[in-house]
Amino acid sequence: MSHMLELENVHSFYGHIHALKGVSLHVDEGEIVTLIGSNGAGKSTTIRTISGLLNPRRGTVILEDQRIDGLPAHQVAGLGVGQAPEGRWIFPKLTVLENLEMGAFSRNDSDGIADDLAYAFDLFPRLKERIHQQGGTLSGGEQQMLAIGRALMARPRLLLLDEPSMGLAPMLVELIFETVTNINRQGMTILLVEQNALMALQVAHRGYVLQTGEIVLGGDAKELQTNEQVRKAYLGEE
Amino acid sequence: MSPTEVLIQQLLNGLTIGAYLALIALGYTMVYGIIELINFAHGDLFTFGFLISLSLFRLYGATGTLVGFELVWLFTTVLLLTMLLTGILNVVIDRIAYKPLRKAPRLAPLITAVGMSFALENIFANWYGSSQINYPDFFPRVDILREWFQMDTFVLFTTQDLLLVGVTIPLMIGLRYFVQRTKLGKAMRASAQNANAAAIMGINVERVIMTTFFIGGALAGAAGMIFGNFLHTGRYLMGFDAGLFAFTAAVFGGIGNITGAMLGGLIIGLIKAFSDQYLAAQWTRAVIFAILILVLVFRPQGLLGQGEAEKA
Ligand SMILES: Nc1ncnc2c1ncn2[C@@H]1O[C@H](COP(=O)(O)OP(=O)(O)OP(=O)(O)O)[C@@H](O)[C@H]1O
Ligand SMILES: [Mg+2]
Repeated sequence: MSHMLELENVHSFYGHIHALKGVSLHVDEGEIVTLIGSNGAGKSTTIRTISGLLNPRRGTVILEDQRIDGLPAHQVAGLGVGQAPEGRWIFPKLTVLENLEMGAFSRNDSDGIADDLAYAFDLFPRLKERIHQQGGTLSGGEQQMLAIGRALMARPRLLLLDEPSMGLAPMLVELIFETVTNINRQGMTILLVEQNALMALQVAHRGYVLQTGEIVLGGDAKELQTNEQVRKAYLGEE
Repeated sequence: MSPTEVLIQQLLNGLTIGAYLALIALGYTMVYGIIELINFAHGDLFTFGFLISLSLFRLYGATGTLVGFELVWLFTTVLLLTMLLTGILNVVIDRIAYKPLRKAPRLAPLITAVGMSFALENIFANWYGSSQINYPDFFPRVDILREWFQMDTFVLFTTQDLLLVGVTIPLMIGLRYFVQRTKLGKAMRASAQNANAAAIMGINVERVIMTTFFIGGALAGAAGMIFGNFLHTGRYLMGFDAGLFAFTAAVFGGIGNITGAMLGGLIIGLIKAFSDQYLAAQWTRAVIFAILILVLVFRPQGLLGQGEAEKA
């Protein structure tokens, strides 16, 4: 069986900066896979390389049976890759509703879109209360909800989440991780980038550890949680 | 003319000038909003609209004032064709001159735009010559207040002024509707606010940019044609002045802001009319550019902008 997503020996650059040095990983249908690593490890670069914002100089990215490396971002999105990027990238002067509508840009099934809008408001009732407010006026937590809701509006086959818990109060972090688990239970395949390794490994099925552009460890999330090296480096233990 | 009549006359003049300046200003502001380029060649699209519409009328064989059914259909057809062709020209300019420089430092496309402006002006000079061009009264000219309303006044408001307002206002309302309510319009605003975010939503940002250039060009083309039917004279360099005034209007309203461009156009139109009347026409440019400088110094984001200008 082919994987939902597979990266093979991917090298990405920013000018002369060699940010990914041969990354290989895969995500299977129905999984939550987490990618953890410290600042500057290349987590966001991996996400950008998958979504086509950055094209790898070497290696392949395969979505189901199709090569997507080299495709522009809007085409990758059209193939079913949704994303809540690092920094959220809310459209500041579009309303909450318009932001969500933009998430469904590639779709034309107005009934399905209406259903998914209801679903997004179900997940995050707070967004419904703010429906006509401009995106830029939302709090950080609300913006994160909107970013996730907007990504879901595309009804993606694969959801990329880049540090959804960044900068949020503990209660909100809790809520976001709960939501991630929930949407995964309903069948969504998720690649979750996190610095909050502890929580990420608790919700994920599998995980990879990225260090200066290379995958140094990978495996079952439970096992990674008990791994000596991971505990020292990322779970803040002596 | 009594002082009151002079005042009313200048208000009317200001509004009509403002209306076509606003149409041109929209093209500056929309393109700036999406790729942060001051398209210095934009004023020349106004000239193109003037020239191509005149050519289209001539092609049909029109030489003088049209009436009745012929007036309606020919005028509408020429207007639509002019908008279409000017829109296409603007898209072609973008493809040739700006798109290859999309990722280059901002100065590169800016200078290319200046070069493009010179290129267009020279093409126009070869096409229509470099002297004044006469644009006939294709649209009937009736003194509305005196002839239709039997008012005893020196204030002049003609059917040609009405035409100008009657074309520009619906175009602006249509544009606002497009940008605010339609899916493509929303994608346009989204792309202007964050192009990468738009791309990961599945929006083809290059296509949105193309649409923006098309609409901006079409509006400038309409302005050129309406201007011809309103002032009846033009020249291959006419887009330079109109462009600078419209650009000032766009900055005044807040560059990147569509409502701001409309408002800025109106205000600059009024200032021009009043300066022409109460100072002297030869002072008007100085007044307008003094205002441009003051705005840039004291409120660079313009009337309705929200700090976007700082990105520049
Ligand atoms: N636009 C860019 N231009 C140049 N270098 C970049 C750019 N973006 C990232 N880098 C570099 O690439 C490397 C990987 O960055 P990346 O953003 O992928 O890290 P990350 O793992 O997501 O870190 P964080 O946890 O801080 O978000 C870093 O060394 C970073 O400095
Ligand atoms: Mg990152």
